Amino acid sequence: MLAMDYRGPYRVRLEEKPMPRIEHPQDAIVRVTRSCICGSDLHLYHGMVPDTRVGSTFGHEFTGVVEELGPEVSNLQVGDHVLVPFNIACGQCHFCKQSLFGNCHEVNPHATAVGGIYGYSHTAGGYQGGQAEYVRVPYADVGPMVFPDWMDPDDAVLLTDVVPTGYQAAEMGGIQKGDTVVVFGAGPVGIMAARCAWLFGAGRVIVIDHFDYRLEFVKAYAPAEVYNFKELDDVVTFLKHTTDGLGADVVIDAVGGDAKGNALHTLFGNKLKLEAGSAIALHWAINSAKKGGIVSIVGVYGPTGNMVPIGNVLNKGLTIRANQASVARLLPRLIEHVRAGHIDPKALITHRVPLEDVADAYHIFAAKLDGCIKPVLVPGGA
Amino acid sequence: MSEARTARTPVDTSKIAGWGVDADPENDPTYPYRDRSRDHGLSTDWQRPTQQRSDVEVLQSIEYKHFPAVYGTTVPPRGVSGAIRRAAFRWSESHWLHWLMLMGADRVNVVEGLVEDLARGKVPNVPAEMGARAEWEHNRQGFLTKAAVFAGVSAGVVLLFRRSKG
Ligand SMILES: NC(=O)c1ccc[n+]([C@@H]2O[C@H](COP(=O)([O-])OP(=O)(O)OC[C@H]3O[C@@H](n4cnc5c(N)ncnc54)[C@H](O)[C@@H]3O)[C@@H](O)[C@H]2O)c1
Ligand SMILES: [Zn+2]
Ligand SMILES: [Zn+2]
Repeated sequence: MLAMDYRGPYRVRLEEKPMPRIEHPQDAIVRVTRSCICGSDLHLYHGMVPDTRVGSTFGHEFTGVVEELGPEVSNLQVGDHVLVPFNIACGQCHFCKQSLFGNCHEVNPHATAVGGIYGYSHTAGGYQGGQAEYVRVPYADVGPMVFPDWMDPDDAVLLTDVVPTGYQAAEMGGIQKGDTVVVFGAGPVGIMAARCAWLFGAGRVIVIDHFDYRLEFVKAYAPAEVYNFKELDDVVTFLKHTTDGLGADVVIDAVGGDAKGNALHTLFGNKLKLEAGSAIALHWAINSAKKGGIVSIVGVYGPTGNMVPIGNVLNKGLTIRANQASVARLLPRLIEHVRAGHIDPKALITHRVPLEDVADAYHIFAAKLDGCIKPVLVPGGA
Repeated sequence: MSEARTARTPVDTSKIAGWGVDADPENDPTYPYRDRSRDHGLSTDWQRPTQQRSDVEVLQSIEYKHFPAVYGTTVPPRGVSGAIRRAAFRWSESHWLHWLMLMGADRVNVVEGLVEDLARGKVPNVPAEMGARAEWEHNRQGFLTKAAVFAGVSAGVVLLFRRSKG
């Protein structure tokens, strides 16, 4: 079968690879119909995630048709069209029992701190990803969900990560009616977080990025007030001044370790890899939150450490909340939101690329070319 | 929740003056993304899923008390990078060395990938892998700058090489 193949930082291509097999009685094999590239994949693509092995296939946001089932799978049938949450989860461990499906303890020998994620390095379990024609789906009774007939597969594929992550970012913000919410990052995740902030009753939503085309999009889509941090002398002071000098009630970091805007962090975090990614967006988030406020982190950082003003977290009495989104927990609610027209996921898709052109798709998304917001890869047979 | 969640402790909490008088279930900063109502006092024992078996070498964090039931079997550790990865797993996730060695192995692995390609008689098309076509289409200026830098560096290398020979 054909699959994306990682060769080193900034280098990917298409390769012929062996078909995935049932390796555990609860496995399924799925023929991929759609597979997105995510901001999280960029951390891999930039060589920032430890134990990203040459020859790996990425991709954790995919839909597909069930081709084969292990003997212990009872909820699915061959031929079902499913959306597959990006978290692999057993459904019965200490963490899954608390709906922390992104923190399962039965999926990843390589790291206790990290759950299992498709195609996300060995640090996230060493699983094959979905940017391929076929993929192995473990614990097939727990994660995959047959999506309703009325749902467009383009909406379904965004329910595997982007929508739940944006929603959980807002949820973790503990937004109260009338709160001012600042979102750093106008990528798919930040756009969705801004949209969902309204669902929780935000009174004002501000989005910060440095790509005008993305800011224009979210301005209309969320809708939101938008500011380009490159055009501001000091984004934190600006945010303080525009919030009565107090700061925002809730600040969301939807950027993660590839954050731009500070040469020191870029050097330490991205070039020298002495930090687990550049943490400048998180730095700004902490400093622009109101005292007693909440910082919600969904932007991804590596496992080592980052320079952040933790003293300000203390002095300002901030609450920090963070996690990988728990996709399976949120799906029922989010499907209602899509049905009700509260969320229009597929509007984010700007690029539809044949799987063969995976290298170009990565470059376009990473370099933010051609007005790209969300690219989806479509395998030949799909 | 309730009693069943109480940690195992050699201390008899009933003898501690004021034990639990300020306990407040409302004070739950993890609400609603951690749903403890589903955690029926199961504490830290759960019915383990069937254990996956395979011949593939899988490295394991020393922080685990058990081997997780399911795991990925892609790209097992091999060669020099594999040796570094194995060595890295002697340290816990809490050690910088663990992660720095893995990052080092990743860099070595890139060189191994090139060697493997060449050994298969395949010269990797690095510009294509880096999305040169997309760069040409959507960022011509960037493409030309990169091409110029690349040409300059290559010419420099050739010159240096000629000099050191001559
Ligand atoms: N927690 C989770 O479950 C989860 C799931 C999916 C993605 N993520 C993470 O969310 C983050 C965003 O993902 P995405 O797909 O939207 O990626 P993306 O790369 O499309 O978007 C990131 C955006 O942040 C902007 N940005 C860079 N530096 C900034 C700064 N200092 N301030 C404000 N904006 C800045 C970029 O210009 C870009 O538009 C990534 O770190 C990704 O790994 C987390
Ligand atoms: Zn993703
Ligand atoms: Zn679990």
